[in-house]
Amino acid sequence: MNLYQLTVYKAAEMLARREITAQEVLESISRRIDLVENKIKAFITLTLDQAEKKAGDLDGRNEITGLAGIPCGVQDNLCTRGVTTTCASKMLEGFIPPYDATAVGRLKAAGAVMVGKLNMDEFGIGGSTEKSGFHSTNNPWDPTRVAGGSSGGAAAAVAAGEVYYALASDTGGSLRQSAAYCGVVGMRPTYGRVSRYGLVAVASSMDQVGLVARNVTDCALVLNVICGYDDLDSNSLEAEVPDYRNYLGHSLKGMRIGFPREYLQNDVDGPVREAVKKALLKYEELGAVVEETSLPHSKYALPVFRLLASAEASSNLARFDGVRYGHRDEEAGDIAEMMSSSRGRGLGPEVKRNILLGTYVLSKEHYDAYYLRAMKVRRLIKEDFDRAFEKYDLLVAPTTVAVAFSHGERNEDLSGMLTVPASLAGIPAMSIPGGMVDGLPVGLQLMGPALAEGTLLRAAYAFEQATDYHLRTPVLEV
Amino acid sequence: MALTEKDVERLAVLARINLTAEEKETFARQMSSILDSAAVLDELSTDGIEPLIYVLSQHNVMRDDKVRPSLTNDEALANAPLKEDAMFKVPRLI
Repeated sequence: MNLYQLTVYKAAEMLARREITAQEVLESISRRIDLVENKIKAFITLTLDQAEKKAGDLDGRNEITGLAGIPCGVQDNLCTRGVTTTCASKMLEGFIPPYDATAVGRLKAAGAVMVGKLNMDEFGIGGSTEKSGFHSTNNPWDPTRVAGGSSGGAAAAVAAGEVYYALASDTGGSLRQSAAYCGVVGMRPTYGRVSRYGLVAVASSMDQVGLVARNVTDCALVLNVICGYDDLDSNSLEAEVPDYRNYLGHSLKGMRIGFPREYLQNDVDGPVREAVKKALLKYEELGAVVEETSLPHSKYALPVFRLLASAEASSNLARFDGVRYGHRDEEAGDIAEMMSSSRGRGLGPEVKRNILLGTYVLSKEHYDAYYLRAMKVRRLIKEDFDRAFEKYDLLVAPTTVAVAFSHGERNEDLSGMLTVPASLAGIPAMSIPGGMVDGLPVGLQLMGPALAEGTLLRAAYAFEQATDYHLRTPVLEV
Repeated sequence: MALTEKDVERLAVLARINLTAEEKETFARQMSSILDSAAVLDELSTDGIEPLIYVLSQHNVMRDDKVRPSLTNDEALANAPLKEDAMFKVPRLI
């Protein structure tokens, strides 16, 4: 066993007892990156020099606790002081933030050792990481397939053993879908649970910081650090943060689980449906009461998401104008031409199309028919969940309609279908390894009412302990 | 809902994005198809439904109007493509 293969909780324990040093842990991760990164291409920027310095500092301290000394990665749309933050866009190539995102700052304060910034679809727009302005990321289980997106770099790096866990974001399902495709755990907390300060905004009413980890316990440990109120984010929740470890290891006896029938219909591939049904049986075995239920407005979620996300993106991305940071075309004439030309060259096609679509749905003539209507249907979608949670502690469903698709296949249009509803409702949702189909991971999605991260972790942990999917790792060695 | 290249061109002026001829053609097609797929929302009667703008119930978050540390002028200008003295530099406005 190599050190990079340890879980966060095991590594933390060994570090605390001084059985291993932070430098040894980093060395193991660093060798792993050397060995597999060419194949995976999860990173945009590596920060191993800074990581070495930090590990050395930590080893010199009197004690090492918690996440201290454990290497992690950060999706490249979270600002990192002094380290390039590009959102995988040529528009932001070379941008060096003068401050840390709150979630990054909290991890740093806890002693986390950041080894690099992770690839994504440009500004988070896309579902395959093929829309990165720099390069695609490959799925560790089969490099001819995508790692998902937009958090493909984060999920692939975690699955390939290049980092122990990764800070990522989720707007319409980004980190859940990527985690599902790569066979790891992805947690999108309740909207407002983790500060979005320093997360480059795309669709503010849905953007949420979360994480990707190798197992449920590691996920709980990281959540403990990143959750909590922050007065730099006006949508930050003031609710108290429990110790999420306390939710692990309890019986599921009497837990009420609903599975929404709309999530197991024809759009979902047969083998994925079978895997999820098997998982539901496992939950019954574990003592939960499992029932079919309905979220009748589910089929409207994807169009609602597209309209709202593009509208919000069109105004958020207006800040990239070539004046204060980012790409600028010098030869342009007046200021309007300078901005138009800089944006025309700096932004990729998906991003441009989204901005234009958002501009359209927000325009006076079309506002009522598209934007306003979408916001109304969003309420119906949220009310579906409210009703379901009167009856159930949580909902279980597939995370995606199929396993990871091949590069260039471009069938990502439906890929967000099962993840966008939770985003629109602002509720916590996670994806855990829930089965295998032809050697590729299937993601099981757990969704709960606002602030029920603990319930999700409890159910996720029980399933994890009763199965071995989370113990399987892709074979990458040549 | 079919968007023409002219429509896309107009939107591109509003959004300040220069497009190539090829992009105008592709985007017109792709955006039309996305708007078509949104037509499914017309099945629902949305009269009397309050739009859901934010999922949280909290509104109007205020904080004390106190001076606190912020970026220095140098830090704020560090990423500027062009600057002069203590300012961002842009092409002439008028």
